[in-house]
Amino acid sequence: MIYQISSMAIIIFIFFVLTVLGLSFFFARKTKSASGYYAAGGQIHWAVNGIAFAGDYLSAASFLGICGMIAFFGYDGFLYSIGYLAGWVVALFLVAEPLKRLGKYTFADALDAKFNSRAIKLTAAISTLVVSIFYLIPQMVGAGALVTPLLGLPHWVGVMMVGAVVILIVATAGMTSTTYVQFIKGGLLIVFSLIVVILVLNKGIKLNPSADYHKPIVLAATLAEGRVQAVADSSYQVLGQHEESGLTFVKMTKAGIDSWWKLNSISSTPELEETLTVVETGDGRTLYNGEPKEAGKFYQVGHVNKIVVNGREVEETGPLGPFKFIKTLGTSEVVRFTKKAFTFAGDKITIYFQNITAGSDIIKPGLYYKLDKGSSIWSRLDFLSLMLALFLGTSALPHILIRYYTVPSQRAARKSTIVAISAIGFFYILTLFLGTGAMINGSLDLGSSNMSAPLLAKTFGITLFSIISAIAFATILGTVSGLIVASSGAVAHDLMDKYMKIKMTEKQKVKAGRIAAVGVGIVAIMLGIIFEKQNVSFLVGLAFAIAASANLPAILMLLFWKRTTAKGISWAIVVGMMTSLVLILLSPTLYELYGLPAASAPMPLKNPGIISIPLGFLTLVVVSLLTKKREASPALEK
Amino acid sequence: MLHEPAVELGKDKSIPQKTRLGVVMFFIYMFVYMGFVVIGTMFPEALGVKFIGGQNLAFLYGMGLIVLAIVMGLIYNFLCTRLEDKLNKEEQS
Repeated sequence: MIYQISSMAIIIFIFFVLTVLGLSFFFARKTKSASGYYAAGGQIHWAVNGIAFAGDYLSAASFLGICGMIAFFGYDGFLYSIGYLAGWVVALFLVAEPLKRLGKYTFADALDAKFNSRAIKLTAAISTLVVSIFYLIPQMVGAGALVTPLLGLPHWVGVMMVGAVVILIVATAGMTSTTYVQFIKGGLLIVFSLIVVILVLNKGIKLNPSADYHKPIVLAATLAEGRVQAVADSSYQVLGQHEESGLTFVKMTKAGIDSWWKLNSISSTPELEETLTVVETGDGRTLYNGEPKEAGKFYQVGHVNKIVVNGREVEETGPLGPFKFIKTLGTSEVVRFTKKAFTFAGDKITIYFQNITAGSDIIKPGLYYKLDKGSSIWSRLDFLSLMLALFLGTSALPHILIRYYTVPSQRAARKSTIVAISAIGFFYILTLFLGTGAMINGSLDLGSSNMSAPLLAKTFGITLFSIISAIAFATILGTVSGLIVASSGAVAHDLMDKYMKIKMTEKQKVKAGRIAAVGVGIVAIMLGIIFEKQNVSFLVGLAFAIAASANLPAILMLLFWKRTTAKGISWAIVVGMMTSLVLILLSPTLYELYGLPAASAPMPLKNPGIISIPLGFLTLVVVSLLTKKREASPALEK
Repeated sequence: MLHEPAVELGKDKSIPQKTRLGVVMFFIYMFVYMGFVVIGTMFPEALGVKFIGGQNLAFLYGMGLIVLAIVMGLIYNFLCTRLEDKLNKEEQS
């Protein structure tokens, strides 16, 4: 859709980006050593580190992705909130302190602390790179989604901007600046999200979300032998009709503008209901509701159809408390939009039509991950797979793991994890209200679920929208910086220094890290452009699955199973990483991206975790048992 | 001001106890989390059943898992800090 650009938005946006850059350059002058670059010299205060953790974690995936998914699919998006937070429990109870005791700069260091094995150095470095790049994709996609409404720029420009700014930040400063930048943005994101939630609750639920909201028009139709002949408004002329999955869509024209309507013939009088359409014409034009994008006819949507309070229908509720808000939503009816795509007379048609959904279905899982109605064994396994990947993924994310090395002690590592859990948990509670708020307040851009939360802020004024979007954008900058530091650490520290044993001075090590950061940044930019249309939270779910499959078996077994061997760790990383990657490449989501039908994908699961995580653990145990005796002798190891 | 002094001066004698505590608390949380996942997979209709204050099980359980993570984190930190203070003090005296 097309967005109005405001000068206020541009000013606030530039102010945030300049502040981030200013902070980076300020701390850059202090970064002289490798320890300073990769681990902020191990001297960050635990409270600052805790909020910085939150800043790292509450990235595009949480703010844009989860809120977007809740706005489109209700509670199913909230599953991500639950799983992402539960992952921190694993990090706190099992991983935080032992890892702090083992490590130096990177995740590979920690794994290698016991064995000094070249195979571990190599596999851990590659796995860090792969996970970080998969985590970078959604951040880049989120950045692109944000600049479109904020600055009126195309998606790819946003991705390039983030890439360029972050490369500049990381290539100059490293972990200290990343930490302080994340601290400030993590804090601001939580505060401003709370403000939006308070405004949502204060507004309550209304049948008509705003004065300028465009509710789809309904016209009475005349049918003959199942075909629409005419409609109540004689200015429309019927052009054609198409059946798709048991639904009937009708093409009409008025004043030279074509539109698509959905036929509802359940009641005694057949009706045509206005839809939102994107048409790619045979001659290469793309029309939004029959007109070019600039006409602004591809409206934002999302409203309630019926509000029931204490058994009585009302037009609006007035201000509601958080519990009453959810309860009222559960007894009301919400209009969601369902997508169908087909070809008609050489044109590619994508139609979004109204789908009236009971509120009780909105506040329980099942609209995205089919669990009861229309479920199959695969859809249930997908749900299980996602919940497993989220639970086990957090404590295996390299950019989260490196944050344990930025604090001075184990106690500080633990305390900063608790600050992070509290801040992140509070934010995740807010996501349910941000998402459902967007769902009923006309804040849905059907072309991109990722914009729901910023568009919700926009309904309360352009200033709030600008601040929220700028914070979200700045948060992406910080998260991407952290990921690129982790990746550059994998290349320069683990691969070049430790694996290849290239002799480098402290200065050269920092330089190598910065060059690696530029390389990873460029790869991330390219992937961010390719994956434009995907929900960012879904993409992060994939990164979690790879991390949980490749890294977690290694970390947990090293800490808790004495018979773990270096070969066991290396093979577990390789098998976990390769299995999850291959399963993702063969999944329905990637098949859609290749332009093939999702149903033809050989792997029916969207998330590979349920297969690849146990396989990672199994590989580690089997290989460790097989190689135990040989590795017992240090002479043989060499 | 933002940089606290390192607290572990000598060897931390509380590591085995803290590790055991962490594992126990992890299993408690995992059990509760698995409960949610199993209900979602095996008995999805139960998540729509209304309980306290007219709220359904999905809302109560989901919010409960988030709040439980925070509460258990605070308890864990309290117990670990007490263990560190007690055991490392005994070591010094």
